[in-house]
Formats: sequence, structure tokens, C-alpha cells
Amino acid sequence: MQNFLGLGPLTWITFLPLLGMIIIFLIPSGKDEKGKETSKQLFRWVTIGFTFLQLIIAIGIYLNYTAGMTGINVEGGFQFREHYNWFTVTGLPMFGNVKVDYFVGIDGISAPMILLTAIVCFVASFASFSIKKQIKGYFAMYLLLDLGMMGVFISLDFFLFYVFWELMLLPMYFLIGIWGGPRKEYAAIKFFIYTLVGSVFMLLVIIGLYFGVHSFNMLDMMDPLKYDPTSIFAPGHGWWRNVAFFALFVGFAIKVPSVPFHTWLPDAHVEAPTPISVILAGVLLKMGTYGMLRINWPMFPDSVKYFQCFIAWVGTVSILYGALCALGQFKVGKRDFKKLIAYSSVSHMGYVVLGMSSMNSSGMSGAIFQMFNHGTITSMLFIIVGVIYDRAHTRGLDDFGGLANKMPIYTGIMAIAFFAAIGLPGMSGFVSEMMIFLGAFMAYPILTVISGLGIILGAAYMLWALQKVFFGKLPDRWSGPWDPTHKIYKTDDINAVELAALIPLAILIIGLGIYPAPMFNMMNATVNHLVEFVRIGGGF
Amino acid sequence: MTQENLLMIPEISVVILLLPLLGFLFNIFFGKRIGRLSSTIATGIMGICLALASYIAFTKFVYYPDNGMIQLKFDWFTLGPGNAVSVGIGVDNMTAMMLVVVTLISFLVHLFSTEYMRDDKRYSRFFAYLGIFTFSMLGIVIANNFLFMYIFWELVGLSSYLLIGFWYEKDSAANASKKAFITNRVGDLGFFAGIMILFFTYRTFFFDDIFAKILGDSLHGIAPILPFNSGFWLTVAGILIFCGAIGKSAQFPLHIWLPDAMEGPTPVSALIHAATMVAAGVYLTARVFPMFTAHALLFVAYTGAITAFLAATIAITQNDFKKVLAYSTVSQLGYMVMGIGVGAFTNGFFHLVTHAWFKACLFLASGSVIHAMHHAMHHLNDHHTDPQDIRNMGGLRKTMPLTYLTFLFATIAISGVPFTSGFLSKDGILAGTLAFAQLTGNWLIPIAGFGAAGMTAFYMFRLTIEAFHGVPKTKIATQTKENKFVIVFPLVLLAVMSFWFFYSANPIDASKGWFASRMKAPATSVPTAYQFRFLVPEERLKQEEEAQEKLEKANVDENTEKLKKRIHEELEIAYATGQENRDSVEKYKQEFLKNKEEAKARARHPLMAKKSMKDGSGEKEEFLTVFEEKIEEAHLPAMFISVLIAGLGILLSFTVYQFKAMNSDNLANQFGLLYRLSYNKWYIDEIYDASVIWFTLNFSKVLGLFDLKVIDGIVNLTAWVARLAGQATGIFDNVVVDGLVNLIANVTGTLGSIMRKFQTGRVQTYIGLTIVVVILLVYFLA
Repeated sequence: MQNFLGLGPLTWITFLPLLGMIIIFLIPSGKDEKGKETSKQLFRWVTIGFTFLQLIIAIGIYLNYTAGMTGINVEGGFQFREHYNWFTVTGLPMFGNVKVDYFVGIDGISAPMILLTAIVCFVASFASFSIKKQIKGYFAMYLLLDLGMMGVFISLDFFLFYVFWELMLLPMYFLIGIWGGPRKEYAAIKFFIYTLVGSVFMLLVIIGLYFGVHSFNMLDMMDPLKYDPTSIFAPGHGWWRNVAFFALFVGFAIKVPSVPFHTWLPDAHVEAPTPISVILAGVLLKMGTYGMLRINWPMFPDSVKYFQCFIAWVGTVSILYGALCALGQFKVGKRDFKKLIAYSSVSHMGYVVLGMSSMNSSGMSGAIFQMFNHGTITSMLFIIVGVIYDRAHTRGLDDFGGLANKMPIYTGIMAIAFFAAIGLPGMSGFVSEMMIFLGAFMAYPILTVISGLGIILGAAYMLWALQKVFFGKLPDRWSGPWDPTHKIYKTDDINAVELAALIPLAILIIGLGIYPAPMFNMMNATVNHLVEFVRIGGGF
Repeated sequence: MTQENLLMIPEISVVILLLPLLGFLFNIFFGKRIGRLSSTIATGIMGICLALASYIAFTKFVYYPDNGMIQLKFDWFTLGPGNAVSVGIGVDNMTAMMLVVVTLISFLVHLFSTEYMRDDKRYSRFFAYLGIFTFSMLGIVIANNFLFMYIFWELVGLSSYLLIGFWYEKDSAANASKKAFITNRVGDLGFFAGIMILFFTYRTFFFDDIFAKILGDSLHGIAPILPFNSGFWLTVAGILIFCGAIGKSAQFPLHIWLPDAMEGPTPVSALIHAATMVAAGVYLTARVFPMFTAHALLFVAYTGAITAFLAATIAITQNDFKKVLAYSTVSQLGYMVMGIGVGAFTNGFFHLVTHAWFKACLFLASGSVIHAMHHAMHHLNDHHTDPQDIRNMGGLRKTMPLTYLTFLFATIAISGVPFTSGFLSKDGILAGTLAFAQLTGNWLIPIAGFGAAGMTAFYMFRLTIEAFHGVPKTKIATQTKENKFVIVFPLVLLAVMSFWFFYSANPIDASKGWFASRMKAPATSVPTAYQFRFLVPEERLKQEEEAQEKLEKANVDENTEKLKKRIHEELEIAYATGQENRDSVEKYKQEFLKNKEEAKARARHPLMAKKSMKDGSGEKEEFLTVFEEKIEEAHLPAMFISVLIAGLGILLSFTVYQFKAMNSDNLANQFGLLYRLSYNKWYIDEIYDASVIWFTLNFSKVLGLFDLKVIDGIVNLTAWVARLAGQATGIFDNVVVDGLVNLIANVTGTLGSIMRKFQTGRVQTYIGLTIVVVILLVYFLA
């Protein structure tokens, strides 16, 4: 793929949202006498335009992606590389000369994530039509968030990675805190502080690693020969390396989120507006597991093996705990639709962690594929909940029933998403879950079979929700005409904008369920390289 | 597979598979717009499929009866060099037969539904669902590997879910569909665990490859590769795979979903919950028959026997027309599973086929009755009576003669009366159980089998008499009318299919017919040490003995080489799976050697099974032929007993219900406890509700609260502590730190204001002060 204006495709795909943000800032929000924003339509379409451009670039990257290149710790194995010096600070006390690079590139682990981010951001910009207040600010923040997420997935310099990691936190905080539901402040602060705790762990390890290799280059940190033998994370310092691994793991596990660090997620999801829930579940959660694969596994291959069984347990516990909590929603609390899906996310991300603990190619590629699939499937689920929320202004599972007759197209789309979440064959989720189970079984047969209970529980809570909302009889309050006093819409079927968001996801889910080879071809070489790298311990 | 001209068998089977899917897609997207045309399209597609399936069956049976499986294999996706996930399709005799069964019944049900579902508001949707069901069912039939099997297995689960809950406005229908799906998932978890064991060990999903690898080296006298290298795990794998069948074929203890599934439209009950989908479990059991060990087979046989007996006892007392048929289906499925479990493979599968015809006939006839009852109710403006309750029927013989005749004939077939197909297959299974009992001493199995046969005859005739004979019990029953041609035609065709001559010229013995000769039991792959000796083919025993002798003669070095090679291979597997930690490899090696020694020891004295056999006819003759001879011998007694028992059942039924020589209510009172047990389905649903479901729901509730209160509580507590600390710091800052600052400021200020007093601006004061200071200075310095 050609560089454009001297910048590579990865730079373009990452910083395009910045351009969009500047344009949005330049457009006056043009309030009319009633205080309504007159140019809101323009903001929406600028955002859609820029996320669409991003998607085009992502597709270009996919088409020009060379399968079979490795990556991980081999700089030559990365594609669309750009490596410049960003800044150098000389003569710092203790640190000496600090050189930070703008070093980006993708391999088989990050390429699916780039695609996922582009798709989810594009789709969520359609879902953003439901945002009604301070539209200018919203879309500016939205694009900034987009930038931060892309940046995390392309960075190969740990400093750069950290910058993007923190950058994405800020817009997320505001997006939940300003445009969220009734308990938005609580949820936003909880999210922010929880993630920041993880970041602190990460920062400490980054500094420790920096003193080992005197560079922020991630690839250097994977090379035992680059370490200063006296530094604390140097090869041979097993105990310290395990501590570092664990700190990083906890930091990322918060983001995943794995039990017991998951309680920010239900709150954040319940309070966040629909498109932000979509991005949160679709992309943000993947950063945790991506971070583990990009940083924990190759930088501390010796510790990974030490913690392998522990990681598998974390996965299993998350799967079952998340599923049981989702089922428990029928007995506890307000039976919020979003909360149910939030807990199902905990469960489904548990599969990813279980797959990564297997240390073989089936489990690992299954895990990466599951990251992608969970992104598409859960995005779909949240958009679907958003559709119903926009009409009825409630998400209570008890408030509905019999929608299947009222909204047949909606129900059809919904069924696809629900059955994909259950892991029905023919949908992408099945392939990834199957590969995870096959891989994990080779490493931990008993744990894997126990985790399998998760698929029964998954079917139970999903079908339960499906029945509650769609089957049975329609309550009278939804059957009447538009009621201006109670602000209750009649539940009319799904509209074109909502379909525009849902159809691409549905096609992806079914398409990859039937023919998953393109996704596997993209990541095979990298995954096999990583598996081998970890197996030989990377020389540590 | 050599590149011979196979008359396009695999290609056409793919076409048969995909056509119903096309129908589904078309009807789901355009069905509403084209209205009634949707059923014509769907039925037409099924007609084409039926024609193609008949072609395949004909060519396979006539030209390639001995060809084994004609297969296509391809890579679905790869995970790196030499690490592909391969799948494919295959057609063997069993597949060819199943293709005809599925497409014919599906075609007839389509035809039937065009009339039956005429007034339904989701008419085209119904045909779309039938299409996706047929697609998935055909997928199960032509899969040649576990992965495809599992995929389509789940897809039939989906279509079953959609069709049971077709009238989802009714809560009972929505509940039943959910129950069916989740219950099946329980079985499927076992199925998938079995697949994982097999894939882990053999790195392939294909049936033939797995069977060949199980058979593997046992012929050469070295330890066979088994799951985790032991016969125990092979048994476990077999039972786990069979769990899938327990779920789908509604075997005890997962049979609870099938009676509830009758909430679906009656054509669906005929197609899915009687003839085809529920038989998929039996089909799977037959498919993996070669890998069942002796213990796994016993498990299968007992499961089937318990199911057959239990379900029959329940069917006796039910009053809902369809519920009786549902329990009878469960019972008959138990029969088939039992047949395969005792090694009477051919007859087990034969019963699947014959049962498909007469049970579909029974269900469609019940549909015809319910349809007529509905119309009569509509006519009488009655919307409260239950049209499915046999206590509201009676005397339908006169108003619906054709339905009655077909129903009667199917009842005769299911009761096992000679000259019907049901007699042939049931008799074969019973003979098999007798032979099995003679060889192994498991007499409970034939007892359950014969008991169920008697009960079947009884309750089926009870149903016929109550519904069709006597005088009409309600006004509705008098108003019923015979249905239209499209409803009656499938009934007649299916009833005719239940005559014996379709399967064998001999009306009392099918073992020489074309069917039996083409559906021979596949040879077992299980190492002799883990299998009933009478199931192992004679040639293989000989081969193994020769190999054994050779092995003993061969020099020791060669053996050691082989051993090393195997350990090396195992190590490679261990590496590939990431267990390359030294200790575990060492352990693995030890275990391997131990296993190997054990297997060798077993191979030297083969056949633990031999000891348990109560057959005095000498060692050498205990071959497969022995079992066949035993079945041959058991054939006559089995036939005699089964005809006698069926006759008694029918007689009893007539005595009680037709001639009213005994009062059925009195009987019920006399057997109070038994009656209540049977009427309440042995309280199995209640037991599940009170145990597993209660536990899961309450545990999840507790966990949900735990999450809300404890885990989130800790998070909030941390935040609270941090805030408190912040406040404390704030107070400290305000009072102490700021206080100090303010104190200093105050002190300075006070000092300043004191000093200010001296700054009067008057010269006299200054001079006076100066003088005082000078005097003091002089005083002190001097």
C-alpha cells in the first residue's frame, strides 16, 4: 500500500479522526433561537464520513496484508512499519538520554484488531444518531476516542503505547460522564479510576523495563540479549520478572475485565449511551487481552509458563462467574437488559483468557478470533438494546413481551445476534469458541470441560431474555399510539439508520461463521511464531 | 478413494443438502410477499430432493453396495503448515437410506402442512423453518466427520427451537422451546467433550480416520493409540459422544423435553419430534458404533432399555392424544438405542427406518384428527374444549374413516403384529437382546424390551379405541369431518410403507432381505482387549494372534526401537501441546511405559470379555458368527414371546376400553401409587425443578448478590476509604498545615501591630528612644 503525503496507512488510519475532530471544532454549532443545534446533522455525517474513510483504509490494509509474516519480536515481520524518532531528551538524571520513537506496525495479532476497531467505530457512528444533546462535543470526543484506540493497536514503542492508552481514557470518561444515564458520574469515575490503577501498574513495569534495555522499543524488551544483566527484570531474575508479569497481567485483566476486577463494566455499560457501550464492549475490552498478547506473553515468556495454570483458572472462573451473574439478573436487581449483556461479556472474554492460557496454536488463534467475534456480536447486541431503548425509554426485561409480532424485522436481527452469542454453528462465535475449547483441552482438559458449562448457562440466560422480550403477549402500554405525556413511542419496527448499523455486523458474523479462513490466514504465522517463542521461553 | 465413476453420488448429495437451504433463504426474505406460493416452492424443492435422494439410494444400493463410504474431504481452514481443520461429506448405505427417509417424510409433511397451516398468519415463515430444519437434518446425515455432525446437530437444535416455539404467543410454547434447547445443550456438552478427547488424541475429526487409528497398531501387536492411551478413556469418549444422543433422542434422563415439544404444530411433531430429528441420536450411535467398547455398549444398551420401559409406563395413563404418541416415540427410540447397544446394529437401524414411517403416519393422523376437531369447534363456536384430549373424542371411526384406517394400521405396525414392518424390526431387536443376554448374562435388557413391547400394544390400542371407537363423547366429535386429499394422501402412503414387503420377501424374518444385507454392522475398531469377543471379526482375531506370535519371535532390539519411536512421537505431541516441562514429560513417559506394559500384558492374554461370557462352546468359536448364530437361534423364541405379549396387550386393551369388561377408573384406583407415578411422569420434571434448576437459579441469585454487595462493595469501600482519607487530609490541611501558616501570619501581624505602636512619627519619641538605647548599650558594652 502506497504512502500518501509521506505518511503510511497506519498513521493515516490512526490520525484521520484528529482531522475530523478539527473540522468538527471549526463548524459552528449554530444554535437557533430555541437553543437547538442546527448543524447536528452535519456533525453526524462528518463523523460517519471519517469513520468510513477509516474503514476504507482498514479494508485496504486487509487487502494488502501479506499472510505468512511473523512479527511479535521480529521487526522485519511487521507490516506497514513506520519507525521515526519522536523526541530525544538528553542528560536526564538517572535516565540518561531518553529516546522515544514513533514506531508503528501490525502483525497477525493487531491486524484483526485494526479491522475490528474500524468496523465498530463506523457502525457505532450510526448508533450515535440517538445522541440528542451537545452534539458537537460528543462527536469531537468520539473521534478522539477512535484515535486513541487505533493508536494502542499499532504502537510498537511502549512509551507511545502508554500515551495512546491514557489518551483513550479521557474521552471515554467524558462520554460516559456527560452523555450517560442517571448514575453517569459514578460510572464514569469508577471506570476512570479503575483503569488508572491498571495504568499505574503498567507504568511501573515500563520504567523497570526501560532500565533493563534503555529503550522503549517493545521488540528490544523481548530480546534477552539487550538487557543489562544487573537490571531487575533481566533474564535470570525470575522472581522479579514474575512480579512484573503479574502487575502487568492485573493491569490488563482490569481492562478485559476478568473476575474479580470486573465490577466497573456493568456500571459503565448500564450508564453509557448506546454507541459508547458498543465501543466499550466492541473494542475497549479487547485492549486488555491484546495487551497481554502483545506485552505479557512475549516479554515474559518464562513467567507465562509459570502462571499458565493460574491464567487458565482466571479464564474459567470468569466464564462461569459471568454467566451465573447474567443468569442471576433474573432474580436480582432491576433486570436491566444492558447489565445482562455486560455480564455475558465478562463470560465471553473469559473464553479469550482461557484460550490464551493454552499456549498452542488452536487455543491462541481461537482466542484472537474470539476477540474479533465478541467485538462484532456484542456490538450488535448493544445496538439492538439501544433500538428498543430509544423507542420505549426503558431497558427493563420485565417491561416487554411479545415484541416479535410488533417488530418482526427487529426480532429477526435480534435472533441472529442472540444465537451468535450462544455460539450457534454457522455464526462466527462458534468457530472461535470451538478452537478455544479444542486448544484449551490439550492443556487443561478438566478445566475446559468445566468451562463448557458456560455454554449451557449462556443458552439459558440468552433464551430467557429472548423469551421475556419477544415472546408471549405484548403489554398494553406498548400497543397504543404515541403518547406525548408519558413519552412512550409506539414500538414501530427498526429504521434504516439502525439497519445500516446492524446489517454489516450480521453479514460479518454469518460470513465468518461459514468461512473463517480469511481471519485465520491473517494471524496464523504470527500466532505460530508466538506459540513457538513462548514454548522455547524466548531465551529468558 | 480411486477416481472411478461414482455416478456423481457425492455431488448430488451436496445438491440435496443445499436445496432446502435455498428454500429457507427465499422464504424468509420473500415469503411474506408471495404468500401461498411459498409453500408451493418449498414443497417443490422437497420433491426434487426426494427424487435426487431416491436416485442416490438406488445407485448406491444397486451399483456400489459394498463400497463403504464415498467421501469428499476438504480443508475448512488452516492453522499453519500441516495443521488444518478438515471436514467433508460422505455417502454410505446408511446415509443413502437416511436421505430417502428424511426427504420423503419432509416432502409429505410439507404437503400436509399446506392444508394444515392454511389459516396461520405466519404461513410462509413456517415453510421457511421447515426448510432450514430439512437442511440441517440432511447435514447430519451426510456428515463424515464429528465436526460437521456437531455443527448440524446444533442447527437442528435451532430449527427445533424455532418450530416448537412457532406459536410463541403461548407461554407454554415458548417455555417448551427453551426447555428443549437447553436440555439438548446439556447432552451436547458431553458430545463436545467426547469430540475434544478424540481430536486431542487423533488430530482428526473424520470418522474413518479415527476408527482406523483406534484399530491402529493393535493388529501389529503393539499398544494401540487410544484416548490418553487407555481403554478406559475410549469407553469414556464413547459414552460422552453418546450423551449427545441421549439429549437429541430424548433418552433417559434427558427425555423430559420431548413431550413438552408437542406444543409445536402437529406436522412439526411428525417430522422433527417423531421421525427424523429425534432419530438423529440413534443415527449418531450407529455411526460411531465401531468405537464403542464393551462397557460403552453396555451403557448404551441399558440406557435404551430403561428409556423404552419407563416411557411406555408413562404413555399408558396420558390423556393428551399427542402426549401419548410422544411418550411412545421416546419408548421406541429407547428400543433402537437398546438394539444398537446389544450389537444388533442392523435391526436397531432398521427400526429407525420402519418407525419413521409408522410414527409419522400416527402423528399426521393425529394432526388430521386435531384439525377436524378444530374445525368442528369452530363450527360450534366453542373455544374452550381441548381438541387434543382423547376424553373429548370417540366414534371418529365413522366420521373420519380414512384417517381411522391409516391410524389403525400404523398402530398394528407399532404394536409388532406380524406382516408389518414394525414386527420385522422389533423382532430383530428383541432377538438381539436375547442373544446378548445369553452371551453376557444381562437378562434385564430383554425383560425391559418385552415388557415395553406389551405396554406399547396396550396403550396404542387404548388410544385407538378411545379416540375412534365407541360413541362420540362430545358434540364436537360428532361434527368432525374427513379432511382433504392433501392431508389424507400422506397418511395413506405412510401406512402402505409399513407393510413388510418393502424390506423383505419373508414376512416374519428380515435377516435375508435386501435391507439387512446392505446395512451390515460395521466391524468394531476397538482393540480386542476392550471389546466383547463375539463382536470382533474372526479374521482380526487370527491376524492379532499371528502378530502376537511374530512379536514374540522377533528380536528384542526391534521392539525397543519401536518403543523409542513411539515415545518420541508422544513427546512431540507433548511438546506441541505445551507440556514440555521436564517433570511432566518424565511422568508422561513413565505412564506411557506403564500403559504399554499393561496393554502388552492384555494383548498376550486377550479378551477379558471372554471370562464374563457364559458360553461353553470352546474358545475358538467365539467370533462374530457366534453372535449372529445366537440371534438366529433367538429369533423364533423372540418372535413367539413378542407376538404373545403384543396379543395380550391388545386383548387387555380391548377388554378394558372396548368391551368395558373392567372399569378403567377402578383399575387406576387399585394401582393407586403406580397410577399416580405413571400419570405424573414419575415426577422427573419435579425432581429436576427441585434439584438442578433450583440450585442453579438460586446459586446464580446468590452470586449476583455477592457480586453486587461483596465484590462491588469492596470496590466502593476502597473508594470510600480513599475519600475518607482525602477528607481527613483535607481537615488536617485546613486545621494543622494551614493553621500553622495562619499562626505564623498572626504572630507576625501581632508583632507588627505592637511594633507599629513605636512608629509614632514624632521626633521626640525617636530621640527619647535613641537615648534609652544608647544608655543601655553603654551599660551593657562597658
